[in-house]
Amino acid sequence: MTKALLSGNEAVAEGVRLARAQVVAAYPITPQTTIVEKLAEMIGERSLSAEFIPVESEHSAMAASIGASLAGARAFTATSSQGLALMHEMLHWASGQRVPVVMANVNRALAPPWNVWVDHTDSMAQRDTGWIQIYAETNEEVLATILQAYRVAEDPEVLLPTMVMLDAFVLSHTYMPVEIPSQEAVDQFLPSYRPVVRVEPGTMQLFGSFSPPDLAYMEFRHDMASAMQTAHRKLIQAGRDYARVLGGQPLGPIDEYRTEDAEVLIVALGSLAAAARDTVDEFRREGRKVGLARIRVFRPFPEEEIRALGSRVQSLVVVERAHSFGSGGPVATEVRSALLDIPSRPAVASYIAGLGGREVTPRHLRALVERAIRKDVPREAWVGVKEVIA
Amino acid sequence: MAKLTIPSEEYQVGGHAACPGCGAALAMRYLLKGLGPQAVVVIPACCWAVIPGAMPGTCLRVSTVFSSFESTAAMASGLKAGLRQTGRGDVPVVGFAGDGGTADIGIQALSGAAERNEDFLYVCYDNEAYMNTGIQRSGSTPAFSWTTTTPHGLEKHTPKKDLPMILDAHHIPYIATLNPSFPEDFVAKATKAARFKGTRYLHVLADCPTGWKHDPSQMVEVGRLATLSHYWPLYEIDQGRLKITWSPSNPIPVEKYLRSQGRFKNVTPEEIAQIQQTVDERWHALQERASRDQKSPERIEVQSETPASSVPHSVHPVSETVIVHPNEPFPSR
Repeated sequence: MTKALLSGNEAVAEGVRLARAQVVAAYPITPQTTIVEKLAEMIGERSLSAEFIPVESEHSAMAASIGASLAGARAFTATSSQGLALMHEMLHWASGQRVPVVMANVNRALAPPWNVWVDHTDSMAQRDTGWIQIYAETNEEVLATILQAYRVAEDPEVLLPTMVMLDAFVLSHTYMPVEIPSQEAVDQFLPSYRPVVRVEPGTMQLFGSFSPPDLAYMEFRHDMASAMQTAHRKLIQAGRDYARVLGGQPLGPIDEYRTEDAEVLIVALGSLAAAARDTVDEFRREGRKVGLARIRVFRPFPEEEIRALGSRVQSLVVVERAHSFGSGGPVATEVRSALLDIPSRPAVASYIAGLGGREVTPRHLRALVERAIRKDVPREAWVGVKEVIA
Repeated sequence: MAKLTIPSEEYQVGGHAACPGCGAALAMRYLLKGLGPQAVVVIPACCWAVIPGAMPGTCLRVSTVFSSFESTAAMASGLKAGLRQTGRGDVPVVGFAGDGGTADIGIQALSGAAERNEDFLYVCYDNEAYMNTGIQRSGSTPAFSWTTTTPHGLEKHTPKKDLPMILDAHHIPYIATLNPSFPEDFVAKATKAARFKGTRYLHVLADCPTGWKHDPSQMVEVGRLATLSHYWPLYEIDQGRLKITWSPSNPIPVEKYLRSQGRFKNVTPEEIAQIQQTVDERWHALQERASRDQKSPERIEVQSETPASSVPHSVHPVSETVIVHPNEPFPSR
């Protein structure tokens, strides 16, 4: 175990190196680019024994990753924003083929207008593609999550691709101290990939041939739904095993902070949670019962955990960097849905904040929590929207 | 009588779901005879996504990976890298796509893979329209051909894309045109293509009686007319050097080929003249290039960039393969 100062993108690359990925196919996009630059460097200097495929688009990056994984190799790719949107078709292909590809997505806003800063709309738009989705808060967590992602994705009871999210610039380009585990310990936590099925020449295998309504299509989808449910348990186990073998705190679907007797909970994803911790500390110093529930795993959605938390508090303040036009905040929608039928249902405030990288500070969050304490719980409100400059 | 050189082994067995007289079905059958049972085939959205039959049935005795419409070449690139990384780099990977999946929606992935000189064989079976979706025009539909989206009054006036020449501009080790009506030439080229490393491209004429509007029993003969008229010349580009592998001693007018199919029934004499001119010009260009290339054996140095990978792949020149000439074509009617 060594400690190093790494950017979020370098932490991704270090995780991929430690995971001994065998095929890396990727296409450049800001702010993901330094991930593949670092991986290309590692492969070039042979500290990572993988093949690098410099594909001509993100769509092909995912197609090549699927092909490599079908052959039985551990595959990795990384993207962001427009690139993830271009991949959309192949995200369904990856989960449908049940290949345990792991991908880092640097959360960035979608154009137009052009904007390269943090925003979660890109990955929220992919929530129905059958991928496990994990959002990291720190660079150390980014590295640990890459390793846990492979472990869960490759589990024979799961076999679903996994997306690891990190916030543009706030994590991707910001340097933080990161504990780098030893290769020996990682190998113990994550042995080499043993596919249940892989392409075998000279056989009559079929990978994805057509299936009419009365055949197996619906059963394949049902199997994916079950695997996603199983992934919930496997993710908790992987977090515990990681802490046991490699150290640190066990990471689960929800990261709770000072929730023990909380009356108001901030609910956030990714690096927003770091600001929320400061807000919580400030309230606690004043003797006010405020806590944080950071949703780390968005797919499978941690419904039971949200219900358990929800039954203990008066209100939840969901602050998120995404919006589903014509519906609302995707996180708030799912939180409300999870809490719908619990006996003492708390109020859920929904705030859309920080789109396109607009800053969200502990001071902003403090104001939102104070509204909740005053029983002012908006169905949907946008934080810090200026008057449109015509 | 000369003995046929086509292997008797069958890797495509009976029970396929193609239309009667399907040229694409015959193309796959001959291709696999040339490649053998170890080939892994990548098939995108196209007629061949359906021809093997519904799961778990298949008429193919080879491992088959289905891919999205536009990603054949990318999927094949990753598959080959994965096979190398799992110690099976000698397994031949073959992409088998239609003309829409090659000339239109899949050209980006194909161009990218060819530029990287990825080690696989790409086969385009060209039935000159989107046949699986019901005969819509593609970038490979010839001028004046009827399709459901080029009906009378909305004819296509532009010629089809010249895919082999587009691939030639990528400097890949081997390119060839094939025609299932010339099976010996077909199988010899498939076998030869399998012996190269890097990206290889085979462009196959695939008659579609359903879309071309002729009696399915005439499939082999319509294919003959295509090459006898120089509409579908048979050539190969071996490491940059073009060679015509077979040509008729007395070419027939292209009108004979056009009149064999209902899709050209509305072409006017002026349009036929225009098509004939295009065919003649291309034939002369091919002849000139062939004559130039045969005189200058080092015309193109085929380079293979060593990828930043543990297993570099490169172009290994193969010794000259004797292309067996097909039997004398039967006389045109």
